[in-house]
Amino acid sequence: MTKKILIADDEPNIVVSLEFLMKQKGYAVKVVSNGKDALDAIADFAPDLVLLDVMMPVLSGYELAQKVRANPAWAGIRIIMLSAKGRDVEVTKGMAVGADAYVTKPFSTKDLVAKVEELLREAE
Amino acid sequence: MSEKRRFALALAAACGFVLAAAAGGALLVAADLADTQRAALADIVASRAPNIVVAAALVLAAIAIALRELWRRYVVAPEQLAQDARIMLVANHAHRAPQRGSAEIAALAGIFNDFADAHAALARDVDGKVRDANARIAQERNRLAALMSELAQSVVVCNYEGRILLYNARAMQLLRKPLAGAAGGKAHSLVGLGRSVFAIFDRNLIIHALDSVHERGRQGVRNPVATFVTSAPAGQLVRVQLAPVAGAASEGAEGGAAGFVLLLDDITRRIESGHRRDRLLQSLTQGTRASLANMRAAVETVVSFPDMDKPARDRFIGIVGEEARSLSTQLDRTATEFADALRTEWPLEEMRGADLIAAARRRIEAKLGLPTKLEEVDESLWLNVDSYSLMQGITYLAARLRDEFAVREVRFALAPARALAHLDLIWTGAPLGFETTMSWQTDAMEQGGEPCPLTLGEIVERHGAEIWYQIDKPAQREYFRIAIPITRPDEAPWSAMPTADSRPEFYDFDLFHQAGQTAELDNQSLAALSYTVFDTETTGLDPSGGDEIVSIGAVRIVNGRLLDHEVFEQLVDPLRPMSAEATAVTGIESAMLQGQPTLDRVLPAFGAFCAETVLVAHNAAFDLRFLHMKEQATGVRFSQPVLDTLLLSAVLHADLATHALEDIAERMGVNPMGRHTAVGDAIMTAEVFLRMLPLLAEKGIHTLGEARAASQKTWLARLTY
Repeated sequence: MTKKILIADDEPNIVVSLEFLMKQKGYAVKVVSNGKDALDAIADFAPDLVLLDVMMPVLSGYELAQKVRANPAWAGIRIIMLSAKGRDVEVTKGMAVGADAYVTKPFSTKDLVAKVEELLREAE
Repeated sequence: MSEKRRFALALAAACGFVLAAAAGGALLVAADLADTQRAALADIVASRAPNIVVAAALVLAAIAIALRELWRRYVVAPEQLAQDARIMLVANHAHRAPQRGSAEIAALAGIFNDFADAHAALARDVDGKVRDANARIAQERNRLAALMSELAQSVVVCNYEGRILLYNARAMQLLRKPLAGAAGGKAHSLVGLGRSVFAIFDRNLIIHALDSVHERGRQGVRNPVATFVTSAPAGQLVRVQLAPVAGAASEGAEGGAAGFVLLLDDITRRIESGHRRDRLLQSLTQGTRASLANMRAAVETVVSFPDMDKPARDRFIGIVGEEARSLSTQLDRTATEFADALRTEWPLEEMRGADLIAAARRRIEAKLGLPTKLEEVDESLWLNVDSYSLMQGITYLAARLRDEFAVREVRFALAPARALAHLDLIWTGAPLGFETTMSWQTDAMEQGGEPCPLTLGEIVERHGAEIWYQIDKPAQREYFRIAIPITRPDEAPWSAMPTADSRPEFYDFDLFHQAGQTAELDNQSLAALSYTVFDTETTGLDPSGGDEIVSIGAVRIVNGRLLDHEVFEQLVDPLRPMSAEATAVTGIESAMLQGQPTLDRVLPAFGAFCAETVLVAHNAAFDLRFLHMKEQATGVRFSQPVLDTLLLSAVLHADLATHALEDIAERMGVNPMGRHTAVGDAIMTAEVFLRMLPLLAEKGIHTLGEARAASQKTWLARLTY
């Protein structure tokens, strides 16, 4: 079965690359640009993994992760946080609120794809 | 009894005694005779009666003369000697007793005079020593005051109860409270001799700091200091260092501390610049990370999928170009916005450019013997400099010009150019060549065996400045120009501060010995208390009928001295027009009150001014009624003890009909100047009050409690206003 990936980021220039990469890997991809839409998409689209930007309008990545983790129905969803905030405290906070991985921008696309595949494999 | 009367009595007694003895003798002789002999004697006496009376009168006269002489020698002379001795002792030390009376008494007077001479010599000696000691103390005080006033830090010294006994001009400036709504940014300084430091800083904060200092002292830390950051009354951030002042074993509170010193640093701007640096770092990291991530992802995608179609590839390449441009813009913006914060941390001080040039000229003339001159110098420019290293750099340039190019004179100019100052070192002579000037900037500097660890280029760089060499061909002059950022001084230039001549009294060490103010105020000596003497001007005489305060003036008395530099003076907008009568009395017109703060803004400042002092006013009940009526509205309570010069005058001169301020002032010899301004009346009341203190003491009124009790007993006090 095709795995589904939700990309939540308000920066169109990164979304273009992420969307292209994920589609190339054969995933079904949906893109949203704020936290509120992301929450709706998680309910409708039921992604296996979310690529989640921390600094997003309406609802931040931290808050979204907490909401996802608060709902037992979504326990299987993997979350990779993407952020320009790279300080230790921020990484710690991201992991604490429920991210499975925290990737600091800029990142290697190869590593990111590898991380996505690894997390989805673990979930199986 | 007068001396003549005593003598007359003594004489009468002596004569009476002689006559009685003669009569007694005659009676005894008569009793022994036979009748015939007695008759014969009576005949003889009767026939010689006139002779006998004359002889008796002569005898009595002789007795009187002898007694007179004895009286003069042995009664009058000792009495006069006693009087002379009393005069010498009490009234006139230069008086000497004349040697009169008997030889013994005259000798005694001589001995008394010798004693007086010895005493006078001793007194002269002591006076001289006291004078010398006072002069030395005065000199040391002045030296201390001068030193304190030059300190770059704000210093406040308090006794153990938080009363300020020494402060410097910087502290006065830093610890001002701006009056909201006052015209011209008027502010009242909260520091003043004898005032409480707790009106400025939170009492608990200070107590906590004192506790921690004591604790560290107990743990054996030598010279413990507590440091904390708090906000000053005007909102600045202040770093405070508190150190205890050790007192003699006999004075002060626990641990032998007589008080404490507060060293204050205004760190507002330093903190601001720290925040700017943080923002810069954040903007540099977060901002660039996002752009780099976008570029990297795009590039890696293109590389990973070489066979993607052209529109997709163009899109990725477009993203790279866009993000690269965005990065450049961001860097440019950051560089301009945070130019100051980018500079390395280097201990720079604010200095007037003109002062820097003056210092450099002195150094060049003294060290190099090279004459210097001034061209155009903008005196208003302030620079942020490490003056010593910059001066070294300038002197180094002058030295090389003199040694290598035989320059005989250098000139200075200073001019503003937007946010920069151009500091020029100018000379006339052979052209230097650009290579030479470049090498001078990187050569090690050494002048007269005084090496400098930095090169000229490094010094300039550390100031965030630039230096270059320029030739002005038409004017036949050459110069080094140092372009250096202009700063604004932290505070008003020092020229605006009091000069040495008018240096106010910033210290009063006697306050160290001032006893507790809070607990037993009533038992304190009137001479030792701190007072705020105040007066108000109003729109009329009826506060409950809507009359309002239009002006408050106050001065302070500390340790029996009127502190004329600690004045509170503020006009108040009464929010109603002045009547013609009120204007006639006060000289204040409605137009003068427009734009002045209203009472609800003035009273908190006035409340702070008189915190923890005894209030003094003439006819205080009148002024206090106006203040008390506003307590609810403003939340400022005036619950201090109050003394009224009107009542005190009634205590001193109960028999006089008038106790108007002018009349008392005239009685006391106080010059009635500046009457009917609030501050003029307050000063006059204060002078009157000070002259009342010794008179009250003569009446046995020494303490605040006694003064209040006496006031309450006067008939005037029984009339309420």
